[in-house]
This record gives sequence, C-alpha cells and structure tokens, in this order.
Amino acid sequence: MTVVGHEGDLGTDEPVPVDKAPVDSTGEALTAKKRFEFLYFAVRNKKLLIGLSVVVLFALVALLGPLFVKHSMLAYGPPFRPPSAAYWFGTNYFGQDVFAEFVYGLRESLFVGLLGGCGATVIGMTFGFLAGYKGGMIDEALNVLCNVLLTIPGLVLLILIAGFLHHTSAVIEGLLIAGTTWTWAMRAIRAQTFSLVSRDFVGLAKLSGEKSRSIIVREIAPNMSSYLFLVFILLFGGAILVAASFDFLGLGPSNGMSLGIMMEQAADWSALPLHLWWWFVPPGAAITCVVGGLYFANVGLDEVFNPKLREL
Amino acid sequence: MALEVDHLQLCYRTLRGDVRAVDDVTFTIDDGEIMGLAGESGCGKSTLGNGLVRMDVRMRQLAGRVELDGEELPISDEKAMRSFRFKSVSIVPQYAMSALNPTRRVGKMVSELLKSRGFDYKSALPELERRVKLVGLDADVLKRYPIELSGGMKQRVVMVISTLLNPSLLIADEVTSALDVSTQRAVGEMLLEFRDRKFVKSTMVITHDVSILAQVADTILVMYAGKLAEKASADVVINSPLHPYTQLLISSLPEVGVRHDEHTLVGIPGRPPPLLNPPAGCRFRDRCPFAFDRCAEEPPFMEVKPGHSVACWLRTKGAAPAGGAEPC
Amino acid sequence: MRRYLARKLIIYVVTFFVAATIDWLLPRMVPGNPVSLLLAKMNLQPQTYNATYSLYMKAFGFNRPWWDQYLNFWRALLHGNLGVSIYDFPKPVTSVIADYVLFTLALLIPAILLAYFAGNKVGAMAARRKSLDNTVLPVGYLLTATAYPWLALLLAFLFAAGGIGHFFPISGGFSYGLIPAWNWAFMWSLITHWFLPFLTLFLVAFGGWAIGMRNLIIYELESDYTHYLEALGAPSKLVRRYAYRNAMLPQLTGLALQLGVIVGGAVVTEVTFAYPGLGYLIFQAVGNDDYFLLQGIFMFIIVGVLVANFIIDIIYVLVDPRTRVGISGA
Repeated sequence: MTVVGHEGDLGTDEPVPVDKAPVDSTGEALTAKKRFEFLYFAVRNKKLLIGLSVVVLFALVALLGPLFVKHSMLAYGPPFRPPSAAYWFGTNYFGQDVFAEFVYGLRESLFVGLLGGCGATVIGMTFGFLAGYKGGMIDEALNVLCNVLLTIPGLVLLILIAGFLHHTSAVIEGLLIAGTTWTWAMRAIRAQTFSLVSRDFVGLAKLSGEKSRSIIVREIAPNMSSYLFLVFILLFGGAILVAASFDFLGLGPSNGMSLGIMMEQAADWSALPLHLWWWFVPPGAAITCVVGGLYFANVGLDEVFNPKLREL
Repeated sequence: MALEVDHLQLCYRTLRGDVRAVDDVTFTIDDGEIMGLAGESGCGKSTLGNGLVRMDVRMRQLAGRVELDGEELPISDEKAMRSFRFKSVSIVPQYAMSALNPTRRVGKMVSELLKSRGFDYKSALPELERRVKLVGLDADVLKRYPIELSGGMKQRVVMVISTLLNPSLLIADEVTSALDVSTQRAVGEMLLEFRDRKFVKSTMVITHDVSILAQVADTILVMYAGKLAEKASADVVINSPLHPYTQLLISSLPEVGVRHDEHTLVGIPGRPPPLLNPPAGCRFRDRCPFAFDRCAEEPPFMEVKPGHSVACWLRTKGAAPAGGAEPC
Repeated sequence: MRRYLARKLIIYVVTFFVAATIDWLLPRMVPGNPVSLLLAKMNLQPQTYNATYSLYMKAFGFNRPWWDQYLNFWRALLHGNLGVSIYDFPKPVTSVIADYVLFTLALLIPAILLAYFAGNKVGAMAARRKSLDNTVLPVGYLLTATAYPWLALLLAFLFAAGGIGHFFPISGGFSYGLIPAWNWAFMWSLITHWFLPFLTLFLVAFGGWAIGMRNLIIYELESDYTHYLEALGAPSKLVRRYAYRNAMLPQLTGLALQLGVIVGGAVVTEVTFAYPGLGYLIFQAVGNDDYFLLQGIFMFIIVGVLVANFIIDIIYVLVDPRTRVGISGA
C-alpha cells in the first residue's frame, strides 16, 4: 500500500489511452473508463478472486446456515459422535450438534469482527483525518495517544478491562476491540492525508472557503477511498483474530456462541484427550479461512488499485 | 563516431499491446559531441536514453542496432549489458536526488559499487576526490550520508560518480529540471567541463528545457511522438528550425528557464497522437498549421542541408505544398 | 540522535503514566467495587459482612478520598509495591509474578527473535525466487491469519494428545514429579514442555515477518537507488544486499509494533498449554477475581514492553544513520 509518485516520460504509470479521448472529455467518461479498468483488472486478479470467494462462502454459511441446522444448539443427543450424515460436524462432549454451534458461532464471530473492524476504521479515519489535516497541537496530541495505545499490548488491556467488567455482550466486545486496534490505521491515514493536503485541489477548496469538515468529507476521503477500504479489510480480519483470543480466554459474551467460545469449550471439556477434533478444528479453520481470505483479497485489491503492482 | 543508433525501435509492453515509444530512430553522436535530445513529455526521449543504458522489464527492442565505439551495444541483453554500464555507457538519472542509497555513506557506496564491478576503490579515490572538488564540493561529502547533502550537492555527487570511469557515452536525463536557474547554469557548465576534460567522450542531454541546450549542446535532436523530427547544430535548431513542430517548440519558450511540464505545449494546441496503433502519416499532422495532403504519408527523415535533417514534406525537395503556405 | 531517543523516552513515560492511571481507574469505574465483589463470593453473614467490608475497605484504602488513593497508588508503585495477592494471600503480588516471569521470558524471547530472523531470511529469499514465493506468500498469509488458540490446540492435539503421537507433554512447565534443579532430567522436562508453546508463537509471527520482508524487498527493488545501481551495472548481489539492509529498518519498527500482539498471543498460548508464565497467571487472576494480581501483572507487562521498545529504539539508532545525523544537512 505504498503511494509512489514517478514523473515518468512515457508508459510508466498509466497505459496509454487507446482511443483518441480528448483531454477535456467529460468527467463521466473518465470515471466510466476508470471503472472499466478497475473491473478489467479485478476479474483477472487471482488473489482477489480466491480471497473474495472464500470470504463470501463463509458469509453465506453464516447467513443461510441456520436453514440447514437440524439440531438445536440446546438439544442434547449422543455425545462424542464423529461427523456423520446426521451430525455433519459430529457432536461434542454433551451431545450437542457441533454444526449448529459452528453456524451460530460463525455468525457471532463475523458480527463482532465487522463491528470491531468498522469501529476501528471510523476511529482511525476520524483521528487520522484530524491529525493529518489540522496538524499542529491536535496532531501532536493524537500522535501521543496513538503511540501510547500502540505500546500497550491490546489483548492484555482487554483482559484487564474484561476482568473488571464481568459481563460482556457481542456489541461491547466489538466496541472494545475497535477501541484498542485503530492505532495503526490512524497512522496510515494520517500519512496519506498529509500528502493529499498539500495537493492543489485541497488548497483550492480551502481558498474557496469550504469548511474543514466538508473538505475532509468531499475532497480528501473520496480521494483515498480505495485506501480506506484496504485499511478496513485488514482491521476486519484483525478484529476477528482478537475476538477469537478474547473469547477463548472466557471473556467473551456470557450467553452466546462464537468460534472462540467453541474452542474454549473444547479445550475445557477434554476435546484433546478424547480426540474430539471435530469440535475445535472447524471453528479455527473457519477463522483462518476468513481472515486469510480477507488478507488475500486485500493484496489483490491493492494490485488492482495500484497500477505499479500489476503483473503483466 | 562514439555512438551510432540505427533504425532502433523500442516499445513498452502493456496489456493493450505494444506502445512504440521509440520508432525507427537513426542518428549518431560524434566523439566529443554533446547532443541535446528535446521534445515534449511522452515523446520517447527518456525511453530512448534509458533504453541505451538499462531497459525496464516492460521494455522490448523490436528492431535496430546500437553501436558504441564500433562495438555493438547489446541493449536488450540484461546480462551482457552489465559490463558496458558505468564503464562505457553511463547515466545521470532523472531522479538523481534520490539515486543514492540513504543508509550508506556516499564514499562507502562508491567503494562497494566499484568493488562489485572489479575495480579498486583505493586507487580510484584520489581521482574521485579530485573530481568532487572540481565540481565545487568538499572531499568530505564522501564521508556523509545522502540525507546530509542538499539537492544540488546530490546532483553533483551523482554526476561525479556516473562519470568516474570515463564512459564513452553519458546520458544526462533531465539533469536540470529539479534545479533553480543559477544551479541549472552550473550543471550545464559541469557538462561542458566534463567533456573538455575528457571525463566523457560524448554526451546525450535529454531535456524538455531547450534553454539548457542553448548553453551546452553542439547538436540538437528533436523527437515527436516516438519519431525523429529534426536534427541539426544547436544554433540552427534554435535560430532557424525547419520542422513546424520545432518552430513551435522553440517559440513557445520565450525565456530561459521556463519549463513546460504539462501535456500540452503553450501555443501548440492539441496533444501528440497515442503511440499504441499510431495513425499513419506524419504524426504531427493533426496539430500542424501547415498540414496538407501529402502529410497522410509518412515523411522520411532526410538530410536537407549538410548536417541538417528533418522529417517534413514541406522541406523535402520536389514536394512543395499545394497551397504554397510557407512558414518562417 | 539524542532528540530521537528523548522523544521516544517521553512517549514511554506518558505511556507508563497512562497505563498506571488506567490500572488504578478501572476497578473504581466498575459498578460495585472490588471489595464487594470479593465478599459476594465469601457467603458471609450480614454482620460479619459489614465488619469484613469495612475492614477490607480500610485495608485497601478504598475509604479515602480519590486523590489520596491515587497518590498512594503511585507511591506504592514507585516503591515496587503492587499489593498482596488475594488468591495467594498474603503473598505479595511481586513475588507471585517473580515465580512466573522466567517462564514467559523463556518463551517470548526465543520465539520473537527466531521468528524475526527466520522470517526475514525466508521473506528475502522469496522476493528473489518466484518458485519459493509461490509457497511462502500463501503459507505466510495463512499463518498470520491463524488464531493463536487454534494453532495451540492443533499442535497440542497432533503432537501431545496423540493425534499423530505423544511426542510432547500437553501441559505445564515441567513434570510434576520433578523438583526444580540444575540436572539433565529437569532441563529436558523444561525443554519438552516449552517446545509446543514456543512453536505456536514462532509460527504465527514467522508468517508475518516473511510476508513483510518479501513485500519490503520488492518495494526496495523498485526504488530509485536500486535503479541507479543497476544502471551502473552493479551485480544483483550488491543490489539485493542494499535492499535487504534497507528493508530491515521498517521491519525493526514493525517489531516494536508487533510486541503487543505477540504478548497477547503468549497469554492465549500459555493458557492453552497451562504453561506457568505471566499469561497463564493473568488468566488465573481474572478467574479468581484477584484484582491486585491482575493490576500488578498489567503494570509488569507494560514495563516489560516499554523496556523492549527502548532496546529496539537503541538498535534502530545504531542501524539507521538517518536518526544519528538528524536533518542537519546543508
């Protein structure tokens, strides 16, 4: 995600236009062309396609999975059953359907990850724009805050907070994660904002008397929207991972199911010595697939957005 | 004859096809000659200059041949080119300000570079220090990190490094574009001095700033859209150019130091044709105020007077324009 | 250089201050206070409850004005007094921590350093060879995308619980039958217990460093100074050496930034393997509502991370000339 400027002579950055599009062609034509170009590279990027399909697949399981769940999570059938036609993912120590737990756990984990990712992106954007645009004291203060939070191990802080909170819900968990993981995003966005603020169009907007907020919303944010999206993807994946550890330590939602809680219960109830691998393999594998898929999509999108990285 | 370029074609490979940035280019540079290579941004001049030293991974040589001191320069063979670089053909790149490794002291970098090429740093050091002083720097710049040097200092250091092995051909790519006017003059004088002291045999100065060429160049080659437009002595190109494009290029530069980075030249409406499937005929046709029927055919690059070549039907004998419109 | 380090030091002082304040504030912000939460578990008679309550409140100083409590907290903290463990009453928190800290250090330091060096090497190799890159890139991304608890469970299942074999013990820091001593049997027991937690931390971090290094090298190979070297015919050996050296700098910054993540991973890993380090201890403290222990470990980890950060800063100054010369160019 590097922005490399290069004043080349020819053919360095953009492919030379095919048709004789005049310089003063309407903005509409240009955006249409850009969109075409984006799609052109997007559908040809293997990393993006693979990553995205994996993420979409798991999102579908989370959305539609309940339609296929045959046994309630609260129904206690025969315990220790390996995967079979009746119990797709087997049953656990108590005879509960692991597939049912998996589907509902996946939902909750994706929800917490999404909330954490969105929240962290919003905080990172707000502080990053403010610091990069305003500079001066605001920048200094936000930087110190960011550095302080970067130094404190996030999970340990979360453990401390949760240790005193006693009751958490998925929403609180998501917000706590957002509150501790936005730091690097702010740094990145701040740096990008700095470089944009010095550009002409921002100066023009300033001269024309636009308010700071509207300049940020109208001029700066749209110009780095692709970058912001990449940041969000990484924060989303990161939040899922943090939530898994958090839940695994038994600090997650007290009355719910998540992929991390599944692993916690499996560890607590002798899944290892009893070799109930079907209890803890699916939740962890799902996390790796979703987060890995997100990271792959991120790399792919980066190549699509950034012509320099495109492979010929 | 230091450099002979014969029907050279270089292209960039893009997803949409090959972009011929240098199309059928033939010229020579004599020993001791400083040749200016001028044209708008995107005309292929940098591609040509860089191609003679190191081709980008996306660049291909489609045709043609390059000879340096009578020996073929294998420009499309990355491995074979290595032994020629620095020693026979060298470059002062466009990005001279950032060309030095930021984490190495200048002298250390030079010593490692020389050693990697099989030269001895110790024996080269006195000459290196002499040249550093010659360009007006203190010898202790070699002990400094690039971050400790100003832009102008870095530019000069890079010029000294690039010419340290007395190459036959030096490509100076936009060496003045990032500098202020007085420093530009100083760099121009350095180019002349390097030639006079035989640090370099011949020089190709690539620029879009014709004023620097007036100062240093013996001859000027003008390129337009990948093709040669005109070549003559600097004096002739600046004072009595024959190609309509050169005329507009010169007249659009009223003052020394005025640059035109934009896509379009002030005073020349329109922009160059795309180089991916360029239209047949003269490529300047669409923007040329004197275009006529004949321009639908491609004009040959022909010598019209001794030492003066031009690619324009207006100037080619026996092909007077129907309308009789005479420029100049 | 002095400016650079001074700036960093200020950040660390502020961090310590903020962390300590959070540490002090949190128990006072939750509904009810630690004492009532603690007593709620004791099942006391109402009279005894009241008496015990006021006794505890007095003993822990909760009855004094907040500023006095805060100052007291700092006074104690600066004297290295982190209070007494409730769970392991009346052992001081510091000595409880001392029992566990060596295990954590033995786990973290090799895991961090080995993953860092191996990851960088492999990443640099991947940037050079396309065939290797095709494995390193996906494997690296999958490793960084793996949740610590899952990898820990998976390794425990495969290599300790008999999924593939019983090569390693499944939990603890050493065999219970042994008495700690400097003998071979005890050392071997330590090593076998240490290996799987170490491997968990190593693998996840390794993936991240390998990808990071690969991407940085590719970026460095596109930079101007690389192009200049190539234009002067430098062999790729020199070009790659420069790229590697320069890519190490952002990686070093990354190491400082990743410390927190790795420490978090260590907590989860230690819990999974019941490995008696600080992570396991903090987990026990939460489970037993041992607030002083919880607060103490938090402060202790913060200090550890700050020290590690400072060491990295000093190394950074040593390897990056730019921090030494400052921006004093003419």
